[in-house]
Amino acid sequence: MSFYLLKLYVTGQTPRSRRAIENLRRICDEELRGQYEMHVIDVLDRPQLAEDEKILATPTVVKELPMPMRRIIGDLSDADKVLLGLDLQSCQLRSDTATRKEEGVDLA
Amino acid sequence: MTWHNQRTAVAKLATGVPGFDLIGYGGLPEGRSTLLSGTSGSAKTVFACQFLAEGIRRGQTGVFVTFEESPEAIRKNMEGFNWNIPAWEAEGKWAFVDVSPHPGQETIVSGNYDLNALLVRIENAVRKTGARRMSLDSLGGIFAQLGDSGTVRNELFRIVSALKKMGVTSIITAERTEEYGQVSRYGIEEFVTDNVIILRNGLEQEKRRRTIEILKFRGAPHQKGEYPFTVSPNQGVVVIPLSAIELTQKSTDMRIRSGVPELDRMCGGGFFRDSIVLLSGATGTGKTLVTTSFIAGGVESGERCLLFAFEESRDQLFRNATGWGVDFEKMEEVGNLKVVCEYPETGSLEDHLIAMKAVVDEFKPQRIAIDSLSALERVATVKSFREFAIGLTSYIKDKNVAGLFTATSSSLLGGSSVTETHISTITDTIILLRYVEMHGEMRRGVTVLKMRGSTHEKNIREFTIDGNGMHVGKPFRNISGILSGHFIHRPQDEMDRLREMFKEDADGVAQTLNIPGAGDRGR
Repeated sequence: MSFYLLKLYVTGQTPRSRRAIENLRRICDEELRGQYEMHVIDVLDRPQLAEDEKILATPTVVKELPMPMRRIIGDLSDADKVLLGLDLQSCQLRSDTATRKEEGVDLA
Repeated sequence: MTWHNQRTAVAKLATGVPGFDLIGYGGLPEGRSTLLSGTSGSAKTVFACQFLAEGIRRGQTGVFVTFEESPEAIRKNMEGFNWNIPAWEAEGKWAFVDVSPHPGQETIVSGNYDLNALLVRIENAVRKTGARRMSLDSLGGIFAQLGDSGTVRNELFRIVSALKKMGVTSIITAERTEEYGQVSRYGIEEFVTDNVIILRNGLEQEKRRRTIEILKFRGAPHQKGEYPFTVSPNQGVVVIPLSAIELTQKSTDMRIRSGVPELDRMCGGGFFRDSIVLLSGATGTGKTLVTTSFIAGGVESGERCLLFAFEESRDQLFRNATGWGVDFEKMEEVGNLKVVCEYPETGSLEDHLIAMKAVVDEFKPQRIAIDSLSALERVATVKSFREFAIGLTSYIKDKNVAGLFTATSSSLLGGSSVTETHISTITDTIILLRYVEMHGEMRRGVTVLKMRGSTHEKNIREFTIDGNGMHVGKPFRNISGILSGHFIHRPQDEMDRLREMFKEDADGVAQTLNIPGAGDRGR
């Protein structure tokens, strides 16, 4: 299994931020078996970093490794989507989700 | 209460966009957001950048939030307007907040999110630069990235509210799908409701016509309706505020020589210093000749003269002038004359107007001749042409410059031109040149149809053209219907009889009223 470098951007200590941190840690522990590094960045403390990384929404997970880079937006409560974003899901589910997103289904 | 008093109700921030502050009665409502909506290619991004560029010129810093184009693309595209964005960024006067989509990076949504990161970045940029102005271009881009969801709408509403708290004056651009229809795509006006401006780029009779309209400024007055504008390479967006032009021109009794002494006599001693003269005639009646004489007369009196030619090339004009004994080349060398030759098709009328104003401002002439104004008709709709004519005339009158415009009438005999129909009321003097058919021969006639503030001769006089120019002779006596083009020749004896009749009458009246010398009139 390849090594995962994940950066989680949040804004302040809100319930949503905490939820995102917990969800990501749980999924990683279950699926990545220690093969990961996770950084939590508070945009309020590092606004310039958010600018440089072009973070638009919070929470946002940026999967920097392995390539390709990918972003997952939200409190990560939909575990299937997170797995999809981390390339741990089947192709079938991916194409299914892509279609739903194009149709403009409210995923929030 | 007049609008002059109301103007103070909501403070305005001057945009610096030429002409816009006139129709906005001072600019954009200060400390508020204004929605700038327009179809694709309606110059929204240019306006948004210009708002910041003009701010920087006035010592106010700005933040540009881009949702669609990358900062690199904007920096490059705005180079053409001489806006050096990289230099301003280096000086801390301009900051980008880059929200443009990043290609190659797929985004997946899992659960609830907010746009706090964007808000933090905007606040950070405002704090860093001390910005008073902000442009967000274009808000629709965020829907393209995140989908048209309730979350995005709520979050954008929150951001717009936050902008108000920050005290920045902002322009938010939005796409619209048609020129006349809903204000913007995604209903962005629903959360930026205070102020709305619409840019249009409509197609009328195969010609593009750009207009700007202030739809509303909440609690603040503004001019209503559509105003033409153009995107000029040197200035960016330039609005032409026609009805906002005030009639403040001064008036003078000073006369100037037209260059044709007989014509001066017909006008009661020459044209007025600050008047606009319309010279109308069919092709070949001598309009260019009168124009040439007008210019030559001006240069002789030591005035600076400017000639805009839209029909003939420089070489043709100079050759014609030489044929009438006028040396344009020498006049240009001395510096009293500037001849600008341009094909009407090189730009829209708005472009021409701005270019012509620039030349007038630079050369500072005392006389301006345009040969011919009707040539410009063919590149525009009737509406645009009327606006152009009014814009140009008021500009020239404002400068206290004498103007001579020529208009070509469509038919050889009689008739009038579209040009005349649209600008005859704003000109002070109208001179007609007409062909007169007499016993199988074409002669030329000239008459002064109107002259504001002066008596003038009412006769239609014959004139000839030779190597020295124009020579005005006797009035046509035994022919009528010249202006309509339906000539009626009257035998000499009938003309004499008519004259006798009126003479007797005049004598009779004079005798009854006992006016000395009145009976001598007409002898």
